[in-house]
Amino acid sequence: MEKRLANWGNYPVLSCDETTFSQDEQIQDFISSHTSIIARGNGRCYGDASLANFSVSTLKYDKVLAFDTVNGIFECQSGITLDQILEIIVPEGWFLPVTPGTKFITIGGAVASDVHGKNHHVDGSFSGHIISMDIITGNKNTITCSAEVEPDLFWATCGGMGLTGIITRVKFGLKKIETAYIKQKQIKARNLEDLIQLFDEYKHYTYSMAWIDCLQKGDTFGRSILIVGEHATKEELSDTQGKTPLKVSAKSKLTVPFNLPSFILNTFTVKAFNWLYYLKNTKREINNVVPYEPFFYPLDAILHWNRGYGKAGFVQYQFVLPLEKKEGLIAILQRISDKGLGSFLAVLKVFGKQESLISFPMEGYTLALDFPVRKGLFEFLDELDSLVLQYGGRLYLSKDARMKQEMFWQSYPNAQRFASILKTYSGDKLFRSVQSNRLLLTE
Amino acid sequence: MPTVLILGAGSDMAIAIARQFAGEKYDIQLAARNADSLHALQQDLQIRHHIKASTYAFDATDFSSHPAFYEALPVKPDVTICVFGYLGDQEKAQSDWKEATRIINTNYTGAVSILNYVADDYAARGNGTIIGISSVAGERGRQSNYIYGSAKAGFTAYLSGLRNRLFHKGVHVLSVQPGFVYTRMTENLPLPPLLTAQPQQVAVSVYKAAKGKKNVVYTKWFWRYIMLIIKNVPEGIFKKLKL
Repeated sequence: MEKRLANWGNYPVLSCDETTFSQDEQIQDFISSHTSIIARGNGRCYGDASLANFSVSTLKYDKVLAFDTVNGIFECQSGITLDQILEIIVPEGWFLPVTPGTKFITIGGAVASDVHGKNHHVDGSFSGHIISMDIITGNKNTITCSAEVEPDLFWATCGGMGLTGIITRVKFGLKKIETAYIKQKQIKARNLEDLIQLFDEYKHYTYSMAWIDCLQKGDTFGRSILIVGEHATKEELSDTQGKTPLKVSAKSKLTVPFNLPSFILNTFTVKAFNWLYYLKNTKREINNVVPYEPFFYPLDAILHWNRGYGKAGFVQYQFVLPLEKKEGLIAILQRISDKGLGSFLAVLKVFGKQESLISFPMEGYTLALDFPVRKGLFEFLDELDSLVLQYGGRLYLSKDARMKQEMFWQSYPNAQRFASILKTYSGDKLFRSVQSNRLLLTE
Repeated sequence: MPTVLILGAGSDMAIAIARQFAGEKYDIQLAARNADSLHALQQDLQIRHHIKASTYAFDATDFSSHPAFYEALPVKPDVTICVFGYLGDQEKAQSDWKEATRIINTNYTGAVSILNYVADDYAARGNGTIIGISSVAGERGRQSNYIYGSAKAGFTAYLSGLRNRLFHKGVHVLSVQPGFVYTRMTENLPLPPLLTAQPQQVAVSVYKAAKGKKNVVYTKWFWRYIMLIIKNVPEGIFKKLKL
């Protein structure tokens, strides 16, 4: 049935015909009767990657198929969300090998975006943990693939934004944990130089990322808080925590019930940051043991926080620059801070090495921040794009809602090869989205 | 552990009900025409809820197979939930007898056939719970779905009679009257969001009503009052409406 759909950024909004399926034959029927479709999970990519005239929701295709609690291997259908998986695996002493900053994404989405987490420099992106997966491709056959079997299809599907077909089953390896808690360390950085040094100093930590205050200028330009962490051992827990070492974090009840005027979220983040920076962190460094939930998913605590940006929606801009292009990072941050269009906070992370076909991560710095949609924004982002390109970087397709096709083709080195693999598998461009059409991958 | 049998286990509503009862530590028997299609759900229930789940082939319209199906169950269920149903195509069913009988046989005759055996077993044992998922469509015939509606009306009357009979034997019968529910069956209908329940909401209310030994439960609850109004519209006016 026709309905108005948007992903997490609430931009763009599109009238889509969306169907659901819970059985294999239902999806086969749907594919056979359409000439253009895209799979859609929980709608947590930010832009238009899972929007199309015909979309197929995987949310009811959410069964757990196997869980080897001895070796930590999980197998499931693609529509199950990470929060459901955590509820199953954490009590058994296992954790997701890689998790993005929200647990409300599906496994299919995690593969299609080849998501990364705070541990990218140690554990790489999600694709590195996939043992095998099934994809229904353009010829309507289900193909099982892995890094060894049908590797072209496998690598074009990891980060391939659903353009190779419908991901139906994923089998992946988990990470062993002793407790559901994280031993975290928060360190204040006076400025960007300081922060980059700290990242290097703390690179042996499994998890690391930083919040940057984008409003600072001069000596305190890039003032930030580096947050690093490790899974806590039982000995590191407090007495109370020790009573339930593998406790699944409680479900959030807070929500933003409707679209707020767009300044609210910035006011909120300013306050949160200042609270962390000045009040909580009077010392340069604080150490504590916290449940996994606030460490990995601080924003999940407020359901529908995206409504805080108002009805016009927002764009999240995330780019990566090679490690040796530190000056590029400074130049871009400077431009953002001068322009004053962006959110007050940005997230910075250092990626480790990664070989991939079309995935976003590469060794270097990645910065993400929100821009509420308003007049002049897209022109400004085009300017940023040319800087990113100039410094040899690229944009994250899961966040993208507006990149020009030239930017994509010039910044992703394997774009041509990706397109030719799509030709082999996607059968007359059966799988296509507003994004893939915009980037001329499927037009 | 108590066991629940779910007849017509492939639908969105059945999946939600199975997960609800599994979450309450019931073992689950899943039955549908194609038992192979239930294996994923069987694994899912076992892994998520640490209970035993099993699958069986069951065809609601193959009446003669029903006694053998029930006999073959390795454990006789404490709770039997009849979820299967077929909305069908009203316009087609008006002139196509095959479609009309499929609607009637799935929603009414098939349910009567299997529940007769279950009822006899429960009556002999002197315990058990039978839950029938009927529909508010059975409370008054409307031009848009009266073949489905009349089959459900028959089923609703059957359940109320069964409740009357089995009450004296210590067996409980619950009639569930869902209003609009978001499922694959209704995917192409423009449903009003305020009046429409998610399958999970139906599952929760079914479980609570069964536990509280309620006789009739509406989901969402206000459908009881909507239907009260609809049933009280005089026929002279009702026949002129386009419903």
